[in-house]
Amino acid sequence: MSTKKINIYINGTPTPVEPGTMILDAAKDNGIIIPTLCYHKDLCIAGNCRVCVVEIAGQKRLSAACATPCEEGMEILTNTLKVRNSRKHIIELLLSEHNADCTKCYRNGSCELQNLASEYKIMTQDFIDLVPLKTYSMDMYSPSIIKDNSKCIRCQRCVRTCAEIQGVNALTVAHKGDEMTISTFLNKPMNAVVCTNCGQCINHCPTGALVEKNYIEEVWDAVSNPNLHAVVQTAPAVRIGLGEELGFEPGSRNTGKMVTALKRLGFDSVLDTDFTADLTIMEEGTELLTRLKKALVDKDENVKLPMATSCSPGWIKYIEHMYPEFLGHLSTCKSPQQMFGALVKTYYAKARNLDPDKIVSVSIMPCTAKKFEASRPEMFDSGYRDVDYVLTTRELAIMIKQAGINFKALEESKFDRLMGESTGAGVIFGATGGVMEAALRSAYELVTGREVPFKNLDIKPVRGMEGVKETSIKIENPKQEWAFLDGVELKCAVAHGLVNAKTIMDSIKKGTADYHFVEIMACPGGCLGGGGQPIPTSPEIRKKRTEAIYAEDAHMTVRKSHENHEVQKLYHDFLITPLGELSHKLLHTKYTPRNRY
Amino acid sequence: MGAQYQLNRADFIFKNENDWEEILTKILNQTPQDLINELISSELKGRGGAGFPTGLKWKVAAEAKASRKFVICNADEGEPGTFKDREILERVPYKVLTAMVACGYVIGAKEGIIYLRGEYRFLLEELLKVIEEFEYYLREIGQTFTIKVFMGSGAYICGEETALFESLEGKRGEPRNKPPYPTSSGYMGLPTVINNVETLAHTYTIFKYGAKKFYDLGVQYSRGTKLFSVSGDTPKPGIYELELGMSVQDFVHEFGDGDTKAVQVGGASGSLVPRKKFMDTAIGFSGKLTGISLPTGGSMMLFNSSRSMYNVLDNYLEFFREESCGQCTPCRVGCQQLLIGIKAVKRGDKPASYLDKLIRLTETMQHTAKCGLGQSVANSFSSIVENFREEMIY
Repeated sequence: MSTKKINIYINGTPTPVEPGTMILDAAKDNGIIIPTLCYHKDLCIAGNCRVCVVEIAGQKRLSAACATPCEEGMEILTNTLKVRNSRKHIIELLLSEHNADCTKCYRNGSCELQNLASEYKIMTQDFIDLVPLKTYSMDMYSPSIIKDNSKCIRCQRCVRTCAEIQGVNALTVAHKGDEMTISTFLNKPMNAVVCTNCGQCINHCPTGALVEKNYIEEVWDAVSNPNLHAVVQTAPAVRIGLGEELGFEPGSRNTGKMVTALKRLGFDSVLDTDFTADLTIMEEGTELLTRLKKALVDKDENVKLPMATSCSPGWIKYIEHMYPEFLGHLSTCKSPQQMFGALVKTYYAKARNLDPDKIVSVSIMPCTAKKFEASRPEMFDSGYRDVDYVLTTRELAIMIKQAGINFKALEESKFDRLMGESTGAGVIFGATGGVMEAALRSAYELVTGREVPFKNLDIKPVRGMEGVKETSIKIENPKQEWAFLDGVELKCAVAHGLVNAKTIMDSIKKGTADYHFVEIMACPGGCLGGGGQPIPTSPEIRKKRTEAIYAEDAHMTVRKSHENHEVQKLYHDFLITPLGELSHKLLHTKYTPRNRY
Repeated sequence: MGAQYQLNRADFIFKNENDWEEILTKILNQTPQDLINELISSELKGRGGAGFPTGLKWKVAAEAKASRKFVICNADEGEPGTFKDREILERVPYKVLTAMVACGYVIGAKEGIIYLRGEYRFLLEELLKVIEEFEYYLREIGQTFTIKVFMGSGAYICGEETALFESLEGKRGEPRNKPPYPTSSGYMGLPTVINNVETLAHTYTIFKYGAKKFYDLGVQYSRGTKLFSVSGDTPKPGIYELELGMSVQDFVHEFGDGDTKAVQVGGASGSLVPRKKFMDTAIGFSGKLTGISLPTGGSMMLFNSSRSMYNVLDNYLEFFREESCGQCTPCRVGCQQLLIGIKAVKRGDKPASYLDKLIRLTETMQHTAKCGLGQSVANSFSSIVENFREEMIY
């Protein structure tokens, strides 16, 4: 605020800006939109597509608006003949290298290159089509991500995403010149490299070069087959993201409409992953307390602390690749999706008197890694594949559109019973810090008999977009059976985005971290910023989705997982007790060490 | 305007008096400001091709505030037809090393790095020996300046200064956005002076003989001498030190084979001068002497009438298509379009007017490409297509 502003001219209009402001931002603040492709708010500046070029008076060459800082007295011209012709040339060049088979493209209608081509009315193709001159193969090996280099415009947004947000570097630039391409290590298929399937590359890709592997047709078949019982579960973050694909502003809450839409699509039962989120708290909370007891009372040196959450399949694959020696720190709990899947074909089938073989279990997830997770060999504990198909929020929106449903006009309805009840604690699983908050709400109360000492149960220190968040709660006057925890300060950390997970893991590795419990989500902002969520994404959009998640929580009458009646009933009728024999069989899992190469 | 200028040979760079200890002492006895002034008044401009005033570069880096700075010698000599830096490093490496120490002294850097072209590995062993001897002497006189050699891996683009930094940092050699410029944020984000081998060798001359001696050579805006790598259809290929400012006519008179049809000045990224423009074209930096003046990194390729200019252009474009780093659209796709475009015209698949569209494309490349590579493709393309259009078509 106190810095002295500099004066520039944008298309003749004198404009004061903060020193260091990029031309792109200065123009935007003045109502001038400059087209971009390689630019993304989440990522560092690349300046490689060159579509944002502008003219600076006195300079022969044009400048990339995204990469050029304003200087005192600079006269910027954003709409000269030279600028327009150059941009048009650049779009034409990109199209000549791009497999512009738009009508058959998954991103048809949401492609940034297509939008630009339309805006600049590129009606003819003067340059020679380069696509047939090269050999492209589509990488379909991953259960989550399809990579089609023929549609790649080499903006490197995916490369920067994989490096800067995730620190994974599964995608990288290979070769130079005309052979420059976005590749993997040794050009191996996506299922054979360190890729965590998080799908952030998809969210950040401007074209159809990276898309999710969709299972829309398979799910249509399932819901249309009268001999099958189609069950669907929806993750917390879907209800606050779905609207963006269907005409709502970011941050709109559409739980009731979503449930109605799913029923109209033909699902026999519409249930809630939040239910197993609450169940996760019961299992994981008990596991944490058990580990603490072993460490503090039994002085068992083999107990692995801190314990880390295991809800995020991107994070699981990351730690399997990058820190395989630390797999013992992971909670053995399956993710809510997989707990749900295992229960649907056992508990639910039994209660509804259904043949599990005839149940098709579908999940709607904000996530592409969930597709991989459902396909893991560990996830067949019900005797069947626990989750048959995983759709992203985007795929669900496509189905709703295909079904001709006017989403905006839909009435609201409630989830079906048995595994449809949830609490505010379950819904905040969709935001970074949510699992931690839900766990603390229940664990603290179970141990002390009192509510967590935070106003309205809102554990603010674990909320928000800080990459790594830390908090601690001191346990005082616990119940008799937890007396060993008296005076213990429970230290917790929360990270989102794998680059932040690395920070925590490195501190654990170095022995400088003294946490008891850490929550890690692969995606920025948690699941609400997941790789299966509506495109585009940005810090602002994720902030709005976060507000929506916490609003959902605040509006729930029950906001603690252990007060979920259906979860209580599940234990009473079926599982008996957390970490019991059936729980171990159905709700817990083990992990697989993987190589980096 | 005619050629009033004669070709003047000079002999500074390769004059081997092995007097570096004396020159180094002389340099270190002056203040950094004196040395900067000396360089500025010599009007030495960078000899890598871009021609940035060397004294100014050192001055800006000297004024930058940082605890660590670097002096980098760009020995990634990759421009087709250029082979002078190799000779300097082989025959008078101590001049380059002395100049690096001088630069370090001026800007406050303790570390020097020579980025040596991958294909010049055969120079490495000798160079390291000289460096060792040099560093030994520096320790003797109480100077702490180290020089390391980093081997390039054969990519042309790594001669571009910011791509070179990326490469040095262990990354993919892709040019950075400018600003910031190397003098404020170069290698590892720290203030860096990066000079071409020959530029550094010229500073030795200037520090030895004084700025005036250098300034008195050449012509206005293009002072001093320059090494030229002469190749192609010439009876005497080789490296020659000449005063700047000569006309291409004078040059051809000396080096041509009597049948010179065109001269490519500045390598593949330079411009082609056809016979009819020999008289009107001078070799030097901007500041018009005659009709046109062409800056050059020193590559002079002569073509006689047996050469097809289509083949020449085809060859250049293949080079660029392969050597573009590939990150920015105009360069990566532009180079491909230019190459297949001229082939399509030659085959008759595209009309001759398509060449005009391609020339407009090179203008866009010149205006929008991220670095000098993509920006300079226009030079050879338009100069060849405009002057030898019929050879492109038939």
